[in-house]
Amino acid sequence: MSNTYHIVVCAGVVPDPLQTLEPVTTPNGPGLKNEMMLPAVLDPWAGHALYEAANLAARCAGSKVWLVSAAPKAKLQQVMMNVAQKASFELVPVDAAANGFADAHAVAAALSQAIEAIPGLDRSRLLLFGGWESASRGAGVTMQLVGEQLGIIDQFQGVDELTVQPDGSLEILERIEGGRHMVSVCPGPPVLLGWATGNLPEPKNNPQVGMANMRTIMPALQKAKPAALASDAVRFVSVTPPKQQRQTRVVKDQSADEIAAELLEWIAAD
Amino acid sequence: MAQNILFLAHVDESGTALPRVAYETLGMALDMASQIGGTLTVGLVGENVQDVADSLVATGARILGVSGREFVYPRYASDAAAVQAICELVAAEVVIVPGTSRFLRVVAGVAARLKGSVDTHLTSLSMVGGTLSASRWFYRQRLEAVIQRQARPWFLVMDSGCHAAWTGDRGVAAVEKIDVKLPPESLRTRFAGVRVPNSDAQTIRPDAKLLFVAGAGWCKKQPDGTTHLPEAETAILDFLRISGASLGGSKSLVDQSGENQVVLRFMTHLNQVGQTGSTPRHPKGLSTCCHGEEPHVVGWRFISERRAINLDPNCGWARGKADVVYVADAFQVMAKLNALLAQRTDRKEEPVHAAV
Repeated sequence: MSNTYHIVVCAGVVPDPLQTLEPVTTPNGPGLKNEMMLPAVLDPWAGHALYEAANLAARCAGSKVWLVSAAPKAKLQQVMMNVAQKASFELVPVDAAANGFADAHAVAAALSQAIEAIPGLDRSRLLLFGGWESASRGAGVTMQLVGEQLGIIDQFQGVDELTVQPDGSLEILERIEGGRHMVSVCPGPPVLLGWATGNLPEPKNNPQVGMANMRTIMPALQKAKPAALASDAVRFVSVTPPKQQRQTRVVKDQSADEIAAELLEWIAAD
Repeated sequence: MAQNILFLAHVDESGTALPRVAYETLGMALDMASQIGGTLTVGLVGENVQDVADSLVATGARILGVSGREFVYPRYASDAAAVQAICELVAAEVVIVPGTSRFLRVVAGVAARLKGSVDTHLTSLSMVGGTLSASRWFYRQRLEAVIQRQARPWFLVMDSGCHAAWTGDRGVAAVEKIDVKLPPESLRTRFAGVRVPNSDAQTIRPDAKLLFVAGAGWCKKQPDGTTHLPEAETAILDFLRISGASLGGSKSLVDQSGENQVVLRFMTHLNQVGQTGSTPRHPKGLSTCCHGEEPHVVGWRFISERRAINLDPNCGWARGKADVVYVADAFQVMAKLNALLAQRTDRKEEPVHAAV
């Protein structure tokens, strides 16, 4: 069996996790204060999916990686300046005001339409990758919705490892309760994998890869079609940051013995 | 008009019970049925659902079941077909589902098939202005929202620890069995086992009362100019063994293993807590050698009592994120604490905080 894959990675962009997030009300529903000004990064778990995809494509001759991302065009351009240096891919941008409050069903519809329109994509060789959850909505449903719309019924979530077996079948490790992995074997594509962390470190920046990617990324961004996401499917009654700010007691002058005794009492208390 | 409310669950690995989160979710479903004035139906999936159904008789609900060898193990295609069949038979407006890994995998797909909507990781359900509303966090536990939807069926997937578990007397249930025929393509994927990560001990204990988090400081050079990995591993593993705590790690520590740096051998990405890790639920948390930066601390949202040991009095924990910060050397404190715990355990012959 030929181990040539067409790997489509779905990835959103999210605010840099070090940024303070403050909710505001906009005409289209809730949003983040100064949202367009916040530095953005590729969604972390989707980023792991991209690195796993690039690694797999590099090992399987003839394979190709597409990165499908629904986000405001300006944000995508900013994020791609960095991401493009880490892995070889072809960007399929969807210019949409997608943020954590966008409805997953609407985002999934936009993504699946974009995937269906990819020229030359062989669905019989399709490995659909994404993060098992985003760092924005964090629902873990978008990939399943895209998979259903593309008719993929072999889906895996919380994936940490994908191994191509000698017979071409795929062995997949998914996270389950209790810090364990469930092992499944699937004969081959098409499959959907919602990646957790995987096993690969973040690749180092490679300017040559970045230059090659940017030759196709910039034209793709310029041609990106705007997609209107329906905002009436979900009604937000309230959006609030957590109120709890703890009154921290900083203990500077106790010996290790005293601290250990205090901790023991605290741990043992019901 | 009374609404049809469906509670879905699958049999756990024992084959005779539901996962704990399912009993909690059942309690929530019964509460909502009472508030809405709806009719609750229970839908079960597993190899054999009769035993579990017998334990749910006291709910007074109608019980439907999809059972058979094809439904022993989790698999998207077969589980989705089973859930879809139950939902279509009940025609429920509201489907309340426990957030297990098995059901989180399939519920969104079934919602798509039924042209409904789905929301996951819900922390509570309530009636706001006479309308069913759900609470959940956005941006990795940094913003909390209450949401409503018009689309039905509405799949509501509940997180664990958000409601008291339902309990009731056993009886003999009359299970209405649904025959689900699976086409060959639904059986392509084959369950091949469960694997425990390479680790000297099982360090992830979701039911533990205490979360112990190790940060990158454990692998840094100490005042004598060298690292003390063996001592760090011993201190941490001894503490986990005696206290019964669950182990978490900061991203910076867990990432070191992927970058071929010196690492704690038992620490894996599964232990990672925070923005790109888990958000565990434990009553207490003790952080050591971790700076307490926001991307990590968002994973502590559901830890009620928080203490930290750090050499830096201005670390993130000291800025309103922990209840108590001990400015001290974690190596020294943990050695003393382990000695005290061992003395106490010797007297009682049981862990100070065994997993519940």
